[in-house]
Amino acid sequence: MANLGPADYSPYPVATYDGLYTPDEGKAMLLTEMVDEEVAMREVARVMLTSENATIFPGPQVLYAWSEEAKKKATLIKEMSEVLGAKMIPMYDYRPKYPKIDAEVEINPNHPNLTIWHNNIKACIFIGVHCHYANVALKIIRSETDCYTIGMCALSGHEDAMATIRDQHSEDLAKFIEIAKEVKQELGK
Amino acid sequence: MSVDIYKINPEFRDIMPKDIIDLEDNATWHATATKNRGISDLPDKKEILEEHSLCAGCPEAAALRYILTALPIPEDTIIVNSTGCTSLMFPHIALHTVHSLFGNQNAVASGIKRTLDWRFPDKTKDVIVLAGDGATIDIGLDYTLQSWFRQEKITTICFDNEVYANTGGQESGSTPKGQVFKMAPKGKVFDKVPMWELAVTSGCQYSVKLTASAPKKVAKVLREAVLVARELGPTYIHLYTPCILEIGLAANEGLWEMKEQDKERFESFRYVSPEAEEYLKECKAKGIL
Repeated sequence: MANLGPADYSPYPVATYDGLYTPDEGKAMLLTEMVDEEVAMREVARVMLTSENATIFPGPQVLYAWSEEAKKKATLIKEMSEVLGAKMIPMYDYRPKYPKIDAEVEINPNHPNLTIWHNNIKACIFIGVHCHYANVALKIIRSETDCYTIGMCALSGHEDAMATIRDQHSEDLAKFIEIAKEVKQELGK
Repeated sequence: MSVDIYKINPEFRDIMPKDIIDLEDNATWHATATKNRGISDLPDKKEILEEHSLCAGCPEAAALRYILTALPIPEDTIIVNSTGCTSLMFPHIALHTVHSLFGNQNAVASGIKRTLDWRFPDKTKDVIVLAGDGATIDIGLDYTLQSWFRQEKITTICFDNEVYANTGGQESGSTPKGQVFKMAPKGKVFDKVPMWELAVTSGCQYSVKLTASAPKKVAKVLREAVLVARELGPTYIHLYTPCILEIGLAANEGLWEMKEQDKERFESFRYVSPEAEEYLKECKAKGIL
């Protein structure tokens, strides 16, 4: 049986045991530090551009065309994946998968570590995943893998992501893409 | 919104699994279908519970499939379920479902129905409670009856297997007198609670007792109950779905048990209020039923 960390079976985010909470409005969290949104965007872009098998995990809120904002975000996320050279693996629903998840092409909040391990993903962005399932998935990934997780959240962010940028709507994603292009150029990629 | 939540953004079609693309292309949603969903869709429509985690041959799984095929507007239907065997199936179905606490399903459904009516006054939204006999007749009896007294416009379905099955076989209020189970060795000492009759005296516009032995009959009753609930008030369906494990039957014997009980404890009971009768005639004339 695996050894339990300090968070044990607590329902709360693991990061809260390290004194980490979601960032203030207009700010973002990078590991243990609260920084300006733009600083975080640059760092996130750098991590995604330089990590092995960087992947974006789009969730149901952006995968499905249920609102105008979701449609706009879909176009931007596609562009984002091209700029970052990142693969996309969908979290299209939250049902437990029987008999077994196909970790090559899908991710599930109940065992997201399987997808991370299988594809050897070293950095990932969660976007459009409903809060509670993002929390569960990020908690598992944090405790079971060495993957750098990034939460691009439309609400208040996620403690268990290594980098969390909050209030991300379509105009913010467009801004992130521009920043990513600059960082890419700086890195000579 | 409704059926839009099943439409994939074109940017992501190339990364979505075939199952989900099939769901968008071929699913029998009311808004996109050329004809209503029906029992004949069961063999090849993935969204009607393709797989489930119940025991092999469980009549509940079959009954839920019949119900899913009969929903008049599946994408605008919310099913509230409760603790029990049925709750194991809901994670597998492509519908809006809410798992309530054990027993309070009718209270939750009442709130959902009222909120939906307030939030979407120009849309039809059906709210259906689907729970076992423990949740409906024992633990949730208060909430169930109160929702009927209040004339909430919801349909309540009780999947009656006459036992607390997935906790090892304890007797429920719905267990027939004298029945012995693994965790009820002395035998039930009082009669089965006639919930279908309580439904009538508590104000239900429509109350039917039947087994799940005849798929088309179950589908018809469900459609009638949902339509009446939408317009007039609470409706109730008491459906026998035996637990083949607890009564010692094999996986292929559930249907025969239901057929036998069609003539005994679950001999057909049907109450339709005069207003509901009138309304159903109108629905038939309009071709809705």
